[in-house]
Amino acid sequence: MNEQNRRFLVVGAVGLVVVFALVWSALGQMEGFWVSGSALGAWFAAFLTLSILSFLYDDNPFYRFAESLFIGVSAGYWMVQGIWQQLVPNMLGRLAPDFVNEHLAQVPLEVEGIDKSMALVQLVLGCLLLWRLAPKGTWIARWPLAVIVGWAAGTNLTRYLVSDFTKQVSPALIPLVEPSQTAFLGIDWIGTLTALVTVFGLLAALIYFFFSVEHKGFLGQVSRGGIWILMITFGAAFGYTVMGRIALLVGRMEFLFVDWLQLIGP
Amino acid sequence: MKLPCALALWFAVLAPVPLLEAQHAPAEAPSPPSGVQALDVPNDSGHAIEIRWKDSPHPGVLSYEVFRSRLPGETDPGAPETPWMSLGTVGPGEESWTFSSAERGIRYSFKVVATTADSSADSKIVTGESRAQWFDREKFWILVIGGTICLFVILFIQLATRGRKLFVRKIAGLEAVDEAVGRATEMGRPVVFVPGIMDMDNVQTLAGLTLLGYVSRTIAEYDARLDVPVSRSLVMTTGREVVKQAYLEAGRPESYNEDMVHYLTDEQFGYVAGVNGMLLRDEPATCLYMGAFFAESLLLAETGNRIGAIQIAGTAMPSQLPFFVAACDYTLMGEELFAASAYLSGDPKQLGSLKGQDVGKLIVMGAILLGSVAATLALWTGSGSLQSVVDFLKLEMFV
Repeated sequence: MNEQNRRFLVVGAVGLVVVFALVWSALGQMEGFWVSGSALGAWFAAFLTLSILSFLYDDNPFYRFAESLFIGVSAGYWMVQGIWQQLVPNMLGRLAPDFVNEHLAQVPLEVEGIDKSMALVQLVLGCLLLWRLAPKGTWIARWPLAVIVGWAAGTNLTRYLVSDFTKQVSPALIPLVEPSQTAFLGIDWIGTLTALVTVFGLLAALIYFFFSVEHKGFLGQVSRGGIWILMITFGAAFGYTVMGRIALLVGRMEFLFVDWLQLIGP
Repeated sequence: MKLPCALALWFAVLAPVPLLEAQHAPAEAPSPPSGVQALDVPNDSGHAIEIRWKDSPHPGVLSYEVFRSRLPGETDPGAPETPWMSLGTVGPGEESWTFSSAERGIRYSFKVVATTADSSADSKIVTGESRAQWFDREKFWILVIGGTICLFVILFIQLATRGRKLFVRKIAGLEAVDEAVGRATEMGRPVVFVPGIMDMDNVQTLAGLTLLGYVSRTIAEYDARLDVPVSRSLVMTTGREVVKQAYLEAGRPESYNEDMVHYLTDEQFGYVAGVNGMLLRDEPATCLYMGAFFAESLLLAETGNRIGAIQIAGTAMPSQLPFFVAACDYTLMGEELFAASAYLSGDPKQLGSLKGQDVGKLIVMGAILLGSVAATLALWTGSGSLQSVVDFLKLEMFV
């Protein structure tokens, strides 16, 4: 199918849905819908939903329109959020709390008690970062970047060492053989199997991420076992997350069929 | 008849009076919370004071409200004492409140008010001040473990810089990077590099940008086209510096164009819409996703798959790895992403760091083996000393 035919198909499909909705409303099936104040917004939201969904077929003018609108509006929104949620309370709120409280916004309580000198450092770094826009000396903008990268790596070192390293060890320090009063040989076989899979699965996965030796022979076999453990875990996670995504799709379908077209009762 | 009438009158009218009086008398005020203390929270940067008290024995206490007032302190001795301000309310049975936004060097007054249905009682006023501690003693073993790893990192870096060859096992996904860039060059199509959607304070973004340096140097050498859409302004700034440096190192500064690294939006799905549209329109031959990803991982990788691009992904987000594994040709999982730049560049500093991290993994594997065997023996033999080894590992070393 050539480009023009594709375009006709997409335009036709979206147009068909919109015409159906118009006829449906003309027949009085969407009467309650029209009297609500959000009618125009819902029509526009439905149009944008259909435009984004048209991506499933191919790139087309509707998708491009929705894409550009989404990017433009969200970029503007985040800029405003950055000014009013970060710059005003966290920077100006520390440097001039009285002025901010009187003219701009309520300074959060947690900001009031923080040292002003840190805000001054941040202000200077921010200005240096904007030096990039100056006609000369753009290399100055590299300094605040170096500070940001160094600070991020340094502060995250301890945080990740705790959350991704030491905290993961404690749950693995478990008895490998679980006792049971009633089971055969006095051993809880299911509990024991779970413990063995947990501990040796974890060790095998760790060996997969060991880069200093060649994964050959016994080590290669253990490493292969580790990748199997990882893949089984990923499979379970995949299924679980896809269910969540289906719920999101159902949400959009509900909007189209319940809120917009009112083909299905709420 | 007079006596019964008088008795009846007494029972009917006068006798209930004391009862009614008793019912309408003000309820007994609760005894004020006792033993109130304002203590500096230890092992912190000096922004928290814990207020403790003893639960009132009065059965009708419904809540405790904690108040604070700021007193002149070291930093502003001339400042006036401020009026009482409520910090919050807790239910009966609670015996502490942490004031977590205290200012260092400022003394505060605190009082706790016990409230019943119709009365309240103030505790005595206590004062407290928050102090910063240089060391968080609870993290002593983190220091030991981190210090040991760092020592080995330094040791291996020294060995590498002195010419000692450090072995790193083959990582399949990284072997394919050069091949993927070469394919894009042959096809005359761009290479798209997505450094995740997190900011510069995320180590995965840092790892992604380090890898971008290597990839863009190869692209510059091959004279292929590079496109790096980003969702954070700081990532854009850093990305531009990284790519510019790579083009300089490749000896092709004239081929560098600032628009190679461009900002779309901070909004997660707005960004996805933009990148997906770009993938469909430009049809890049190679897509590289290296960094921190969330729900957009599958949306991006599926689109890349649809246009037939070679895709190599790398992330340490466990929830997104399955999607990349399913939709990409190669996936760098977790630590492989951090090892990537060391592996590709062969830089002694990075290789030394990678080797040092392997020592950390050896420590963990040893601790797990020791701990689980000790836990098993402690359970079956009832040995207290073995149990204390397990407790030490669980409650002291790896918390």
